[in-house]
Amino acid sequence: MAAFLGLFRRDLSLALRQGGDTGLVIGFFVLAVVLFPFGVGPEPEVLRRIGAGTIWVAALLAALLSLDRLFEADYQDGELDLLALSSLPLELAVLAKCAAHWVATGLPLALTSPFLALLVDLDPGAIATLFASLLIGTPALSLIGSVAAALSLGARRQGVVLSLLVLPLYIPPLIFGAGAVEASAAGNGARAYLLILGAVTLAALALCPWASAAALRQALE
Amino acid sequence: MINWLANPARFMRLSAKAVPWCSWTAVLVLAVGLFWSLMVAPPDYQQGDTVRIMYVHVPAAWMALSVYLFVAVASAVALVWRHPLAEVAARAAAPIGAAFTFVCLATGSLWGRPMWGTWWVWDARLTSVLILFFLYLGYIALANAFDDPSRGGRAAAVLALVGVVNLPIIKFSVDWWNTLHQPASVMRIGGPRIDISMLAPLLIMALGFTLLFAVLLMVRMRTALNERRAMALRLNAGAIPAPRPGREPVVSANTVVP
Repeated sequence: MAAFLGLFRRDLSLALRQGGDTGLVIGFFVLAVVLFPFGVGPEPEVLRRIGAGTIWVAALLAALLSLDRLFEADYQDGELDLLALSSLPLELAVLAKCAAHWVATGLPLALTSPFLALLVDLDPGAIATLFASLLIGTPALSLIGSVAAALSLGARRQGVVLSLLVLPLYIPPLIFGAGAVEASAAGNGARAYLLILGAVTLAALALCPWASAAALRQALE
Repeated sequence: MINWLANPARFMRLSAKAVPWCSWTAVLVLAVGLFWSLMVAPPDYQQGDTVRIMYVHVPAAWMALSVYLFVAVASAVALVWRHPLAEVAARAAAPIGAAFTFVCLATGSLWGRPMWGTWWVWDARLTSVLILFFLYLGYIALANAFDDPSRGGRAAAVLALVGVVNLPIIKFSVDWWNTLHQPASVMRIGGPRIDISMLAPLLIMALGFTLLFAVLLMVRMRTALNERRAMALRLNAGAIPAPRPGREPVVSANTVVP
């Protein structure tokens, strides 16, 4: 447990002290959402209609942007080899790194989303649902992303391969996350969507560390 | 069986004999199946002759799923037992499966236009098959993304196992969600809900597609093994030190040969 917390704290302070990571992700997120009114026109009805989906897609892309740093630096400087040799199971090490990644990117994304929701004119109920859906869904993004990040370690053109691998796997959280906001904006309860989104996150929590650890082991061989 | 087949030389000998037989059988079965389904089988009472798209669409969809399952099982065998042929088989099967998935999507789109009035709907079955197609593409991209081919094979194997999650979603999408795509009518509890005059050519087409897959798989595996052998030969040839310049008389264009 101490090793788990230590790894979590180390990754988090690295992400926060380097500063760029979280700021870049948020900056990209805001810019991507702000681009849409230029593309589709500033009519509030149109923006309200596509707002939730836009914000969710932008959040996916922002999360994708930060994935290559999840293991890459540790892979390059040999830290990952030490982690694999340490007494902490690699599955738990992956979990600690994902948790740190989520606190450094997913959580700030969720916290920023209400302000972006104002820009696309969502009503207060939908904003609350959007915040909740991102809070529930972003851990799944970090966890699923860790599998793809581990698989593509050391690949040529890693960024392209990574996005090709991870975007299809991001579709379920996207469907239920954006669906929740849509349902809430239409006046139907968002509960069912949020529950399924929670199930997706829990399934990712249970399965992804194993897959990532397997991928890391074969990368280190 | 698995261990007995683990010898690439034995596989090359067996497949050299099997490929011509399987090819001719596949051609024959596909010819019979196509003739039966396009000429003999009755038109649907509602859909008319459009229903004949089914005889390509449905077997392609079955193949798309079963080839993915094949890739996943072969990947698991390759990861667990380091079976030398399993990895070759998985990598050889993936592009074939991607092609079947593409055929399934394309014929489905052509069928959807007259029947549903649209080329594409974002329905659960269609979306999950599209994801399957992207998984195939991701698998192929990852398998070829590394300088060390065995590393690419192992990474892709893990990805194939992760993607298995999608298979039950595709299979049961028509039962879980209320979709435009019709629910299962052949492989269902209580027997197929399709008349024998249509079921028979459908099953023959399915058999033909399976044989076609077997042939293409063997040909691709043989190519991959030959390629590997050629690479090994080239490396061996390169390992013999080349004569250093200067040691031997350099013959150039203006050397006068006595």
